[in-house]
Amino acid sequence: MRVVIGEDNALLRDGLTRLLEANELEVVAAVDHADALADALRDTDADVAVVDVRMPPTFTDEGLRVAIETRAARPGFPVLVLSQYVEQLYARELLSSGEGAVGYLLKDRVADVAAFVDAVRTVAGGGTVLDPEVVSTLLARRQSDTPLQRLTEREREVLALMAEGRSNTAIASNLFVTDKAIGKHTSNIFAKLDLPPHDDDNRRVLAVVAYLQGS
Amino acid sequence: MSTTTTTTTTTGRADERLMSFGAGLAYRLRLSGLSLAYVLLAVPAVVLVCVTTTALGVAVVGVGLVLLLLVVPLIAQLANVHRALAEQVLDITIERPYKPAASSSPQGLLLTWVGDSARWRDYAWLWVKITIGWATAWIAFGLSLAVLWYAVFPFVYWVTPAGVFDMNYGIFTMDTQAEAFLEWFFLLIAFSLWWLLVPPLVRFVATLDRNMLAPSRDQLEKRVAHVAQTRAESIDHSAAELRRIERDLHDGAQARLVSLGMTLGLAEQMLATDPDGAARLLAEARDSSTTALGDLRSVVRGIHPPVLADRGFAGAVQALALDLSLPVTVVVTLPGRPPTPIESAMYFAVAECLANVVKHASASRATVELTWDDGLLRATVTDDGVGGASPDRGSGLAGVARRLDALDGRMEVVSPVGGPTVVTLEVACALSSARTTPSSATD
Repeated sequence: MRVVIGEDNALLRDGLTRLLEANELEVVAAVDHADALADALRDTDADVAVVDVRMPPTFTDEGLRVAIETRAARPGFPVLVLSQYVEQLYARELLSSGEGAVGYLLKDRVADVAAFVDAVRTVAGGGTVLDPEVVSTLLARRQSDTPLQRLTEREREVLALMAEGRSNTAIASNLFVTDKAIGKHTSNIFAKLDLPPHDDDNRRVLAVVAYLQGS
Repeated sequence: MSTTTTTTTTTGRADERLMSFGAGLAYRLRLSGLSLAYVLLAVPAVVLVCVTTTALGVAVVGVGLVLLLLVVPLIAQLANVHRALAEQVLDITIERPYKPAASSSPQGLLLTWVGDSARWRDYAWLWVKITIGWATAWIAFGLSLAVLWYAVFPFVYWVTPAGVFDMNYGIFTMDTQAEAFLEWFFLLIAFSLWWLLVPPLVRFVATLDRNMLAPSRDQLEKRVAHVAQTRAESIDHSAAELRRIERDLHDGAQARLVSLGMTLGLAEQMLATDPDGAARLLAEARDSSTTALGDLRSVVRGIHPPVLADRGFAGAVQALALDLSLPVTVVVTLPGRPPTPIESAMYFAVAECLANVVKHASASRATVELTWDDGLLRATVTDDGVGGASPDRGSGLAGVARRLDALDGRMEVVSPVGGPTVVTLEVACALSSARTTPSSATD
């Protein structure tokens, strides 16, 4: 799998490169400037981009902008956006930039190498990965709504993991239960929230996130 | 800013002496044009004097008050035009002396005006304007007309039928075209007078306006006292903020990094003897690095939220609204971005208001409206909660008012018991660049 890295901090750029290459991902370009990133994503036939939100020249949100522009030019191109902080606003913009193949994580999550590499692979495979912090804010935000209150504690846990983009199998191992139990929970959740059931993991994530965002 | 108001007007005069003839001519032509403006502007002044005097006479009756509501802002507008003209003529800055209205209700406006000496000075100025001011402007403009008249006289004589403009000076009668050119002798006199007198005359009118329309000494003293107080408060505030940040870093991220170092050191020692224990310690170290980052993030948010740097005031408020646990509608009509310090102060003010809504109002929804109108940036935070909010009770709102005060801004809280609560935050500022901020509504 071929990865383009956009990160202006040399330490983090080298760290990411080392970390991904150690896990058998090929880093075809590691750039430190928004323009260079845009060029790299236009030219190289990369499979996925890992992009920092804040980059030169203005050090605001050009990484995010390049990610969204790239996905506008190449629909469905997988992009995993990393940041020192997460914003619902940015999550919303990324999710509406096309269906699936998108991720938004705090840079801290890199520390859990296995989970991070998994996230890169999930995004490259067309899946959606959201930072737990985004998801917890989404869940807190809708607490006063009746449909969410109908969920049991366990179902809320499952919903949170689902919104982060985990598959049934991943959720099951995370909560130490069987795949079958999770399947039952998810169908309960969908019924209680009046959402049409989906077999496809990614469509399921999007439905849940759309529901939580109230859009 | 206020110092320039009291500076004498010597700079203009010094420049004038050094001017070349061409520049001097252009300068006087401009002043002649201004004298015409002064003559014409006296007309609305007369109307306003009449209406205001009548309105004051019958102010006990409702209709007089209604009339005052209409006419006082018009007087201020006319005075502002004259302030702008005087600023140009005298090359100075004149601050607008009016007190901000306590509220936008008619009673509030009238009460503020009655207690505002600047409004009364405006009224007195109208009288001076339509007497001395008008007469002086006429002399300056009349001189300009005379120059024009004598300059074109021979040509007028030429194109009019013989005899119409014959001049009988007693000892001498001017009745031929050749003699008509002799009238240029008077042009010389008129031009000299115009050259000498127009600058002082126009400057006299402008100085008169300046003296009556600039903030009075009393007002300036009050203003200095206010600035001194708010400056002391903001210095205290930033010192307290720095202490808080230092403590947060010291007890939070710094302590965690120390423990992280210790854990890693321990893991290094154990690597050979107890690899499993070392792996456990490494996992622990990873967790504590995540926690340290979380601490740092919250400190950074308190200093300057990253999204504010990325997206500016409007974007940051929209992002803030999305993070709250109740639905917040954000409506933005800003044609550009406010200056950074104002952006930051207003953002924290809106954030504090919304935090209050979440904590105290038991509201089901809130609305934030951001507008910029005629140099005034306004944020209105409305919620449908229980009301009864007061800047005197909660220290949060009092803090907001203090911070805005340092920027000459103000806060108005309307919160009857039972709701709804409307908090209005205002700061005067210019907006930079025409980069359009998309207006949008979000839940």
